[in-house]
Amino acid sequence: MPESDETRGLFARLKKTRESLAANLSGLFGPGSAVLDDAAFEDLGDQLILADLGVEVSTQIVATLRRQAVSTRVETKEQLNSVLRMKLLEILQPSVRPLDFPAASAKPWVVVMVGVNGVGKTTTAAKLAHWFTQQDLKVMLGACDTYRAAAIEQLQVWGQRLAVPVIAQQRGADAAAVAHDALNSAQARSVDVLIIDSAGRQHVNTELMEQLRKMNRVIQRLDGSAPHETLLVVDAATGQNALAQVGAFAASVGVTGLCVTKLDGTARGGVLVALAQKFQLPIYFVGVGESVNDLRPFDAEAFVTALIGEGG
Amino acid sequence: MFSQLGDRLKETFRDLRGRGRLSEDNISQALREVRLALLEADVALPVVKSFLEGVQQRALGEKVLDSLTPGQAVVKVVHDELVELMGARNDALNLAVRPPAVVLMAGLQGAGKTTTAAKLALLLKDRENKNVLLSSVDVYRPAAMEQLRKLAEEVGVAYFGDGDDALAIARDAVAHATTHVMDVVIIDTAGRLHVDDEMMMEISRIYNEVSPVETLFVADSMSGQDAVNSARAFDQALELTGVVLTKTDGDARGGAALSIREVTGKPIKFLGTGENVEALEAFHPDRVASRILGMGDVLTLVEEVERKVDRKQAEQIAAKLKKGKGFDFEDFKNQLIQMEQMGGLAGMLDKLPGMTDLPDHVKNRVNDRETRRTIAIINSMTARERLFPALIKGSRRRRIAGGSGSQVQDVNRLLKQFTQMQKMMKKAKGKGGLAKMMGQMKGGTPGMPPFGR
Ligand SMILES: Nc1nc2c(ncn2[C@@H]2O[C@H](COP(=O)(O)OP(=O)(O)OP(=O)(O)O)[C@@H](O)[C@H]2O)c(=O)[nH]1
Ligand SMILES: Nc1nc2c(ncn2[C@@H]2O[C@H](COP(=O)(O)OP(=O)(O)OP(=O)(O)O)[C@@H](O)[C@H]2O)c(=O)[nH]1
Ligand SMILES: [Mg+2]
Ligand SMILES: [Mg+2]
Repeated sequence: MPESDETRGLFARLKKTRESLAANLSGLFGPGSAVLDDAAFEDLGDQLILADLGVEVSTQIVATLRRQAVSTRVETKEQLNSVLRMKLLEILQPSVRPLDFPAASAKPWVVVMVGVNGVGKTTTAAKLAHWFTQQDLKVMLGACDTYRAAAIEQLQVWGQRLAVPVIAQQRGADAAAVAHDALNSAQARSVDVLIIDSAGRQHVNTELMEQLRKMNRVIQRLDGSAPHETLLVVDAATGQNALAQVGAFAASVGVTGLCVTKLDGTARGGVLVALAQKFQLPIYFVGVGESVNDLRPFDAEAFVTALIGEGG
Repeated sequence: MFSQLGDRLKETFRDLRGRGRLSEDNISQALREVRLALLEADVALPVVKSFLEGVQQRALGEKVLDSLTPGQAVVKVVHDELVELMGARNDALNLAVRPPAVVLMAGLQGAGKTTTAAKLALLLKDRENKNVLLSSVDVYRPAAMEQLRKLAEEVGVAYFGDGDDALAIARDAVAHATTHVMDVVIIDTAGRLHVDDEMMMEISRIYNEVSPVETLFVADSMSGQDAVNSARAFDQALELTGVVLTKTDGDARGGAALSIREVTGKPIKFLGTGENVEALEAFHPDRVASRILGMGDVLTLVEEVERKVDRKQAEQIAAKLKKGKGFDFEDFKNQLIQMEQMGGLAGMLDKLPGMTDLPDHVKNRVNDRETRRTIAIINSMTARERLFPALIKGSRRRRIAGGSGSQVQDVNRLLKQFTQMQKMMKKAKGKGGLAKMMGQMKGGTPGMPPFGR
């Protein structure tokens, strides 16, 4: 897909989100209601909660804006919107970081996808494989979800479509053994990037979390520095549970960055603001569709625009 | 991570020693905490607002029991209201059509449709001896059909579906089931966003083609505020008949359950409680309500309260009976259980004073099989309803029917029957026998079950 199309695609896809939010905010920032009274701040808090920022973060932000409104003499809702935008960017900017293949990396560079069930790990693994293939890197996929029905086949179909080799065993095999296998062949074939797909698991399931740690230990027998990236995939429609997910996966396997999927829906993924503030993890990519092209590096400006509209 | 509602309320009400009735002040303080709890549980904000308005109305003037602080009393009202709103335990799929009955699965990407389709197939096969066909019309997601084919094999039912024309597969699946004289076809669809017009059009075409008797919206219990939007859009496009809430084995508080219930008005029928094909449970409104409100502490609190209340009520009933006044469902139920324990019912009946005067059609209903059902229906009533049967009106009747797996007509019939019995009891009291007997039965009343499950 040509570059210009992709950008157009992104905005077209984000437009729906923006429209729905703009509709919500029109009462708040629209013409006519220029005064900043208590109700205006209350509304603002409500809008943030509606976007999944959560009560805690929303309340904090509103409190900050209230203080700023007094000290910097913010008088109109337009001004308030631009202060809000700045505040959100201040929280999110530190999380903007590209996921670049490190030139001096030991080969292969091992990327492990983790997350709760159904968030988009396998699809994002395929998207990333495509992403790195386009940079002329030699990519390989490891089918380490040996639990879910046809998870292996799902990744294999992606591999075929992308002409990326997929290392797999049969369903029910030990995921750690498959990872070992995959790293082994990646090393032998001097692959640049090995992307390992793992089974979805609830972060409260200690047994399954332990299996993930075991997979890492086995990988480390072949390469002490692996995995180099552990990407937690989060569904944009997730509410406050995302905080618990990040906390648990980070504690268990050391998450190095986030990928946020399904931002092409009306869910605004506002929980990212809370995540960015609490965990200071990079947000590498966002998913805006089901095809391999629907992957974008996280862009805080575009995200905030989708979150609160164009104003400010 | 979040401080629990119970703790918070303790803080809020540390200095408040409330007695008597709830004041506006008590309520608004407590409801502020409840609002936070609901929002942290991801209940959609508009739903939170309308819900709290309702609760405020209901709580005002409510008596604060001696054992409770005003905060606890409010939480109890909130909890009861939540349970009521959530609807009854209702896991019955309506399959009463000329076979094959078609069940359509719908929902967002990754919600758990395919897995739930297999779980339902297993349930219908094992529990209801149905001959089930699983069919996938997901022509988009890589290996989606393969996933369902494997699951079908795992649960031991037939699979149908291949190719790239979703509508044609759906039509053929139903035809296949018809020619093979199968009872149920479960059609699994591709995940789709509610704002994807083309895909929403596709599923409504499928819906029109196969005329499902059940259309289930499969929703992730981890969903946030947007759950209302997707649920509403799917409901408008498809006329859902029920909801399945998945991944409840995680630690999400699951406020989406309330949001979805509120915007669609459709019953939550099942909870997905794990990845394997057996992990499907009937929906328990009280458990989900407790979880939304903030973990076990509230549940324990409310249970404790219920127990206290129940014990008190039990004593009251006993006293009332000794005085030979009134006869309520609790008494009726105990009587039925007692009868069951004493062996055959029909024989018992004639020996009971007053019972001989019952009209035959009433007597005939009281056979042994009906006893179980009657007990189940009474079990689905709340303590208050049992005590004051006059409370049991339209929506409560529906809830009770759902909760006991029976029809509203059954509940209606029982209520009618009960009124007749009440009259008989009055007569019996005149004769002096029954009241004494009931008094003895009541001796050492064991703790009654908390909640009307
Ligand atoms: N609309 C949209 N759908 C997506 C996106 N990413 C993934 N999906 C869809 O979400 C569903 C689940 O994706 P998977 O990649 O299978 O998710 P997973 O995390 O691997 O799932 P498990 O392995 O079962 O835990 C599929 O239908 C994907 O097509 C996205 O960015 N946008
Ligand atoms: N822990 C847990 N996982 C579940 C539950 N139900 C489904 N899953 C998992 O969630 C993931 C997605 O489930 P699917 O059944 O593939 O979801 P789907 O809605 O068919 O997904 P698409 O077809 O891609 O839209 C899989 O990993 C399932 O094993 C549940 O109740 N608990
Ligand atoms: Mg997967
Ligand atoms: Mg599916």
